[in-house]
Amino acid sequence: MTRVGVVLFPGSNCEQDAIEALGDLGADARLVWHGDHSLGDVDAVVVPGGFAHGDYLRPGAIARFSPVMGAVSAFAAAGGPVVGICNGFQVLTEAGLLPGALQKNRGLKFLCTTVQVRVETSQSVLTSTTQVGATLRIPINHFEGNYTCSPETLAELRANDRIVLRYVENPNGSTDDIAGICNEARNVVGLMPHPERACHELLGSTDGRPLLRSLLDSAARQRAA
Amino acid sequence: MRFEVVVEVQLRPGIADPQGATIERALPTLGFDGVSTVKVGKCIRFDIEAPDEATARAEVDDLCTRFLTNPVIEDAQVRMTVLA
Repeated sequence: MTRVGVVLFPGSNCEQDAIEALGDLGADARLVWHGDHSLGDVDAVVVPGGFAHGDYLRPGAIARFSPVMGAVSAFAAAGGPVVGICNGFQVLTEAGLLPGALQKNRGLKFLCTTVQVRVETSQSVLTSTTQVGATLRIPINHFEGNYTCSPETLAELRANDRIVLRYVENPNGSTDDIAGICNEARNVVGLMPHPERACHELLGSTDGRPLLRSLLDSAARQRAA
Repeated sequence: MRFEVVVEVQLRPGIADPQGATIERALPTLGFDGVSTVKVGKCIRFDIEAPDEATARAEVDDLCTRFLTNPVIEDAQVRMTVLA
């Protein structure tokens, strides 16, 4: 059974949704406390949404100094699959595991709605079992989701096929309609939409399941290797 | 020596500032017509102990880069005054 560590910071609030959705797909998903120095024997890591450390100073600014982040960085450096969702994406950019930053939404509104995103590459731990060009209906829930980066970073993301998801209709002013990106090694992905909230018909969409399934698939392959 | 430090964090030039733009648009409705280039940032104030001003300055610069600002989108301006 694939073991997934879901990092819990003070102020995280999507960790149970992530555990539920991953458990539904057959994974052994468990919480990892932010104060721990080790991730245990996990095969993948999810940094969930919420307001880690109250989002004080900037979203993710304090979370990146939590003891567990050293273990997350080492796990990522060793090729382990890491996915940051929403606030988790902000944490990963602040920690330097992903380039760029998440700025306040262009319209200065907190956005809580379901959007369409397009899969731009299947070469990432979050999209390995999906088709390029597929559109997915997934909820967003953020105030600071406007992806911002230098022109050089954007050129690099484009040239190396590192834009994982794009909004079909840009809700927040994100550069190049970016909803999710990956690192150079393609094993660390950050995205603003919440796939764990689109995993059951009762929630209005099951389009998040192929993404989480890809993560579990990537984790199983990584463990076998 | 003890210094009082005021760090002004501003969005870097070219980074959209929706808060500043919103305030700027609101001002004429209140009758303030001559205001332009409104920018919103934050101000962080603290005291620091260091053997001399250069050491304090180096430490504050490091602290700004690694923690108080996100250099991808923000710049910091530092003002230091000697307290004792």
